[in-house]
Amino acid sequence: MIEVGLGHYLTFGAIIFSIGTLGIFVNRKNVIVILMSIELILLAVNINLVSFSIYLEDITGQIFTMLILTVAAAEAAIGLAIIVSYYRNKGSVRVEEINEMKG
Amino acid sequence: MEYAAIFLPLFGTIAGYLSRYLGDIISQLLTTASVCLSAVLSIVIFYNGITHDSYGNYLIYEWISSGNFQANWSINIDPLSSIMLIVVTLVSALVHIYSIGYMSHDPNKPRFMSYLSLFTFSMLVLVVSDNFLQLFFGWEGVGLSSYLLIGFWYKKDSANKAAIKAFIVNRVGDFGFAIGIFLIFLFFGTLNYNEVFQLVPSFSEKTINFIGFDTNLITLVCLFLFVGAMGKSAQFFLHTWLPDAMEGPTPVSALIHAATMVTAGVFLVVRCSPIFEYSQFALNFVAIIGMITAFFAATVAIVQNDIKKIIAYSTCSQLGYMFFAAGVGAYHVAIFHLFTHAFFKALLFLGSGSVIHSMNNEQDIRNMGNLWKKMPFTWISMIVGTLALTGFPLLSGYYSKDAIIEFAYLSHTNVGYFAAAVGIITALLTAIYSWRLIFKTFHGKFNNEKLSRADIHESGFSITLPLAVLILGSVFSGFLFKDYLIGHHYVEFWGSSILLLKQFSHEQVPSWLLYLTPFLVTFSIPLSYYLFVKNVKILEQIKLRHKKIYKFLINKWYFDEIYDFIFIKPIKLIGLFFWRSGDIKTIDRFGPDGISKLVKIISNKATKLQSGYIFDYAFIMLLGFSLLLTFFIIYK
Repeated sequence: MIEVGLGHYLTFGAIIFSIGTLGIFVNRKNVIVILMSIELILLAVNINLVSFSIYLEDITGQIFTMLILTVAAAEAAIGLAIIVSYYRNKGSVRVEEINEMKG
Repeated sequence: MEYAAIFLPLFGTIAGYLSRYLGDIISQLLTTASVCLSAVLSIVIFYNGITHDSYGNYLIYEWISSGNFQANWSINIDPLSSIMLIVVTLVSALVHIYSIGYMSHDPNKPRFMSYLSLFTFSMLVLVVSDNFLQLFFGWEGVGLSSYLLIGFWYKKDSANKAAIKAFIVNRVGDFGFAIGIFLIFLFFGTLNYNEVFQLVPSFSEKTINFIGFDTNLITLVCLFLFVGAMGKSAQFFLHTWLPDAMEGPTPVSALIHAATMVTAGVFLVVRCSPIFEYSQFALNFVAIIGMITAFFAATVAIVQNDIKKIIAYSTCSQLGYMFFAAGVGAYHVAIFHLFTHAFFKALLFLGSGSVIHSMNNEQDIRNMGNLWKKMPFTWISMIVGTLALTGFPLLSGYYSKDAIIEFAYLSHTNVGYFAAAVGIITALLTAIYSWRLIFKTFHGKFNNEKLSRADIHESGFSITLPLAVLILGSVFSGFLFKDYLIGHHYVEFWGSSILLLKQFSHEQVPSWLLYLTPFLVTFSIPLSYYLFVKNVKILEQIKLRHKKIYKFLINKWYFDEIYDFIFIKPIKLIGLFFWRSGDIKTIDRFGPDGISKLVKIISNKATKLQSGYIFDYAFIMLLGFSLLLTFFIIYK
């Protein structure tokens, strides 16, 4: 058995973060996946905060995590709302078709 | 009064041009009236000059005053400039009146009239100047007006070409003239006539190194000034522009290219007589160029068929006379011939203009003939002009041309004897080509197919009035003024405006010389009548037998072709080369075109970055962030 320590938690957080970022620009299908990826990135940050909070025996990190979770929920709600209204306008939420900012 | 005489034409220029909205008539009246008034004032100035000796220098404005360099706008009235004033304003006034009739079908009358007045003003500035800088201003001013007026019918391609040719050939002369002025300022430190002329004797032995040769300063200055005179006065080598300048309207040819502007070169040499007198070499050069021009132009005039070109070559030839008169030291005779020539040559030009006007712009004398009954007044005026030009006894040309030959003989130098001989031969040629013009135009049979003879009629009053005045001038100007200008007391009359170092001997000219020219001239009338009217076949046979000579003459000694080959083609090639490889391939390619192309390429590449896909932006953001982070970690 190996002892699960701070390093493992941080590695895990980093992996989740990488999956999240990759999910943003490797994904070509659905805008909702991007929203989920952002959620993943936030969770990775949360894992980092919680790990350091326990490691340093400081409660501040966990309080911050709760704050981030709330904000993330609100953000997810707004994001979904935008996606819904976008879908109503364009009839599609496929990422390949969203390129109106093309120069 | 002097100020008014000079500035009235300028007023006419501006007022005439600005009043073009008020109608052609007002513009014509304004310009004509101001120039006529100026002519009257000039006559008063001249009269006061001979009766009261009231010469003087009137300052207008201090132009440049920089260090020890000073040049003023001023009006310098002396015998020489007062004579020039009369010639310029009188002929100009007559030409203004004439133009009202001659240009009656032209839509741009105000422009024409105001150009004419502008020319008159420039010419007046030229002749009354008291320094070389103002002279140069007038010199360029007349060049400009000549260009504008030759190219007056700017829709005609040939007129534009002729205008540019005149301008460029004059530029060659002006380049020499400018160098002459620079040399004068460099060594004398002033451009004022009087100061320069006072300094000349002390510099007469000075030699300077000019492009590797040790040359006498005075000779060099004279030669460069003379190059300017050659350009303006259409002397041999730089004469090619004058015949082409006949593309302009006929009043222009009469005023600018016969009576006034082309004589500016003669005026310059005479004005600079205090310099030329100190260089025998330059004087001989002037005389030789004058002789060659007189002879050359007369030979070419014999075979030309364009009525105006014949008179143009005749002008060229008469200018040659004036130059060799100046070259043998008879400056006063040169000016006297200039004076009489202005009248009869303007008369000939305006007369031929009257013919052209009635013949619907037909200029080829082969298409004319038998007009004398149809336009008797024009016929008479042309006859008088021709008699005066050829030097028929008692008309003006007789006094001036014979005086030139006599003085050339009296100078007792080899150049002088030679000049007298050339003068006599040229006088004979002059008579032949002039009578050929008359007989072909007014006698023989009517040869025009486009016009019926009944349609031809005498020109109107505004054309015949100037002709009448010029007839008086051509008949009497020689007889009336010879005592003042070249008589026994000519030294007193000219005063300080002409310097003669050596006096002409007062001995009598041999009587055979006195009678030779009038005899030849008179003899040429029946001769030409026989050749050109009675028995045309003889000429045709001569033409056939000497085809080469005929071709040589009718192609004007192949001057245009030679210049085309030596100068124009190489320069065109060089120009094309610089345009294609220098301008287009280098400057444009790397300059404006290159930069604009580069901007286009870069911005095209830059827009490709803006794909509009959110994942691309996210990727670039991440990439940038990682780079910044890496940079921060490594170089912290």
